Amino acid sequence: MEGQSERWSADQVLGLAPDASSRTAGSKLAAAGPWAESGAAGGAVWGLCRGSGTRPYQTVVDLQGPAYKCSCPSRKFPCKHALGLLLRWAGGEVPETPPAAEAPGGEGDGGAVPEWAAEWLASRREKAERKAAAGPAAERTPDPAAAAEARRRAEQRLQRIAAGATELEQRLTDLLRDGLATAPRGAVWEETAARMVDAQAPGLAARVRELGSLPASGPGWPARLLAECSLIHLLDQGFLRLDELPGPLAATVRARVGLTVDAAGLLRGGTLRDSWLVLAQEDADDGKLVTRRIWLHGARSQRTALLLAYGAAGRVPEQSLPTGLVLDAELAYYPGAYPLRAALGTVHAGPRSPAGGEGGGAESAVPPGAGIAEAVAAYGAALAADPWLEGIPVVLTDVVPVPEEGDEGWQLAERGGDRALPLHPAATRGPGGWQLLAVSGGGPVTVFGEFGHAGFRPLTTWSAGTAVPLTGAAAAMAGTGTQIAAPKGAGGWR
Amino acid sequence: MTVEVQGFTAGASGWGELVAAAVVGAGRRGVDERALLDAAAAATVRRRAGAVPAAARTLPEPAAHDPRPRLPAAARRRLAALLADRSGSGGGSRRGPAPDLAELIPEWLRYAVECGYQAPPELLPALLDAARARIDLRPHVLALAGPRGLWLAERAPQWAPLLRDGAAGPSLPDPRDADAVRALWEEGPRAGGPGTSQVRGALFAAVRRADPAGAVELLASTWSGEKAEDRLAFVELLRTRLSLADEPFLEAALTDRSRGVRAAAADLLAGLTGSALAGRMAARVRSLAVLDRSEDPPVIAVEAPYECDAAMQRDGVVAKPPAGMGERSWWFGQLAAAAPLAVWTEVFDGRTPEEIVALPVADGWRPDLLAAWSRAAARQHDSAWARALLGTAPTSPPAEPPSFTAGPPGAVPSPVPAPGGSAGGGEHVPGRDPARLLTALPGAERAAWVAEFISAHGLSEAFRLLGACAVPWPEELGRAVVDALEIARDGGSYPWSFSGVMGLAERCLDPSYAVRLEPLAAMHEEAEESSPGAAGYWSEAFQRLVATLRIRAAMRDELAAPPALRP
Repeated sequence: MEGQSERWSADQVLGLAPDASSRTAGSKLAAAGPWAESGAAGGAVWGLCRGSGTRPYQTVVDLQGPAYKCSCPSRKFPCKHALGLLLRWAGGEVPETPPAAEAPGGEGDGGAVPEWAAEWLASRREKAERKAAAGPAAERTPDPAAAAEARRRAEQRLQRIAAGATELEQRLTDLLRDGLATAPRGAVWEETAARMVDAQAPGLAARVRELGSLPASGPGWPARLLAECSLIHLLDQGFLRLDELPGPLAATVRARVGLTVDAAGLLRGGTLRDSWLVLAQEDADDGKLVTRRIWLHGARSQRTALLLAYGAAGRVPEQSLPTGLVLDAELAYYPGAYPLRAALGTVHAGPRSPAGGEGGGAESAVPPGAGIAEAVAAYGAALAADPWLEGIPVVLTDVVPVPEEGDEGWQLAERGGDRALPLHPAATRGPGGWQLLAVSGGGPVTVFGEFGHAGFRPLTTWSAGTAVPLTGAAAAMAGTGTQIAAPKGAGGWR
Repeated sequence: MTVEVQGFTAGASGWGELVAAAVVGAGRRGVDERALLDAAAAATVRRRAGAVPAAARTLPEPAAHDPRPRLPAAARRRLAALLADRSGSGGGSRRGPAPDLAELIPEWLRYAVECGYQAPPELLPALLDAARARIDLRPHVLALAGPRGLWLAERAPQWAPLLRDGAAGPSLPDPRDADAVRALWEEGPRAGGPGTSQVRGALFAAVRRADPAGAVELLASTWSGEKAEDRLAFVELLRTRLSLADEPFLEAALTDRSRGVRAAAADLLAGLTGSALAGRMAARVRSLAVLDRSEDPPVIAVEAPYECDAAMQRDGVVAKPPAGMGERSWWFGQLAAAAPLAVWTEVFDGRTPEEIVALPVADGWRPDLLAAWSRAAARQHDSAWARALLGTAPTSPPAEPPSFTAGPPGAVPSPVPAPGGSAGGGEHVPGRDPARLLTALPGAERAAWVAEFISAHGLSEAFRLLGACAVPWPEELGRAVVDALEIARDGGSYPWSFSGVMGLAERCLDPSYAVRLEPLAAMHEEAEESSPGAAGYWSEAFQRLVATLRIRAAMRDELAAPPALRP
């Protein structure tokens, strides 16, 4: 990534867009934007974009990162101006300036880096260098007093969580003794959830909060409520006996309760370098937090990894990896009995479009997949390791979508067989199911998605070797959180 | 993780027991709550882990193969962006400098269909949604969507209306297959249901195009049983390939039960050269308007009818005038508008349309005559009369730029009469609708006339005239519109007075105009007499115009690119 950066493709740029409206606005600005004094050099692109005001917006992009700066008031990252600028650059419409050509005035189209851009770029790179220099040094010389203090705080937190788990156990046993018919709704659970937040166990708090909506979730709610209560009970008990658990399972329990692991430390502990294909990227907004999930598939390791990125209310997470692209990067998996979540370390190349064709070479546009029986077995095995898993990432090959019909819900059926998986109800509320059906044309397709007890939630399919994000699935999923309602016709698939 | 506590087995039937116990409460069942939760946890995980695949239902029949090439990648992205904008911008927002992409969908679709591409399958749902919302998009969306689009729509209740639409061509029989046509035609009224009229309408239109006489025969066979609204729709469809062979049928329809059908039949017959109705009308007006040769120059004298007899009414003349209009001028207007225009040449001593239009008219009948002739010229597609009524265009543009407001043409410092000038000296004639008259002219002449009109009168009256011109606008028309817009800006008013024309310009100007418009998009200094802030808004409006033209040019380039992948 040093020196002259490889020019990105338009698709790659569009993949950075935080949402559909930015994508559209960015495209408009790119095709037509009133740009001036734009240029590119040394891994940066800049330009002035005239908006509705009198003063043009100053837009700079540092391609390493990438990072964006724009004088517009938008809170989106990247904003439409940055996207428009990058699209123009991708289309070869931004003049490449050799860094040496330092024009005396420093102004005019194609001139050297203008002052307003240079300033920001310099401060950014300086910061990055400082961080790189400081990181390992700080690690080598730990302050004994600070370390002792950190240990003490960690110990204290574990005790608080244990107290919270014990209290939660009491609530659950009270509920079960009196019967689910007496189950409280919303507010009471909210209060218990708040107690769990106080106990510094956000994972428990989130699970408790979901309980409140279950008594009103339609027929069969007692079974769903019992299932969720029992899984919380299992987690409580796991945490209270953390010392007795094998290491990986203990790590899973800690993560589920809400204890985090420092990503930087994780990356220092060893990484897995591979050519990672971006299987899907999906945002979920619960009103307080935007959670971005990015699934990767390693061409050599054949492993799947999940990256998580967060953005505060309404803001989109900065990290973005467009579906279908490939990056040569190092990952470190978070510890656990079913390791899936990973932290992204050094990116050596990309993201870029995959070079190989379907099914061939180390780098393929379409990932290898499994059949329906294998997917079901894989979920079963995963649950044995991590009983709290709602679903696992799965690539299915050679499946045919069957649209809903009367009371019968959507299915993914194997070609030439008689097995099928029901689609997750959240996936069929939006246009995602129809999009999948359109791509299939009644023939077999490869689909990536999450498969769990509530069904298969398709996220990406491939049309003529090109990844197609099933946008409807993501839109329908936003705001549903972790709780999943019973699938339509669920009885038919057990 | 095998758990068996106090008689609970975590098997399939055990789960039901567990739920039952949980609902009434462990206390009442005399079991330990913790044990119940333990067993439930084991059962939940076991149930989830032990799930087996469902039985597959019947797979859908695969869609027919579409041999057309796939879109180039850039064109596919463009379509996705246009469609996203359609669903994204909910309207109501002020028109800023950014183009309205949804307005470009029709042009994109037209061109993509022309180029012979197939729709990208993943965008079919968005395309069909667009076609559901906008009827004008349907024919092109369905053409682009091809067999896979129809296949998809057949499976989704939300797109069923598209299949019922007449545009769904493939489901109609070959119009020359008489048996199949008759079967579907006669099945319609019996089957009823929504969409029947559209299907039969589409069928009738197809048969009419292929076999005009066969269509009339088909219609006559079920005529008495058709509903009034359907009869009217079918008569209107006879406008296609209208000929004297249709006259007997239309003559019969003049006595139809429905007034709408009667009027439509009369209208068709009046536009049909050589029809008996046209002859009757000619005979009527011949005695009503005469040339008074005693004057010099001679004057047209009108003697309007004193009654509207049964024969006139049978020929489509409406007896009751609209409020505020005299009966006699109302009747006269209808007769003159329905008479073949050739009759006037005969009545006025072989004069040309120009000469006739220039003749003085006695007693203030001139506006009535001009209005009637205009309606007749449009209806009979008579370009000579249309030309005469519109007025000849000046041979050179005015020496000085005229005022952009449509003032009296006398104020225009032009050495030659402006369009409209020779015809009426600027008098206001309500019935002389230039936009309708223009339809009687060939395309190039139409554009040239409108260009001259705009150069002389500016844009305030130009919207409907521009709507009558073919797209993209020819060079001279484009230049006239752009010049007029610049003049309007310099005049200091706000651009939204011209938002209709601006919107048309965005869609109809040749995309190559973008370069020439660029300077206009830059901020200009505000003229002293300008409305406050107008310069900024104009700059914004021109920016949007330039931006839209750029996108249209890019759209065409992308589609013209050789297809990268051919299946």
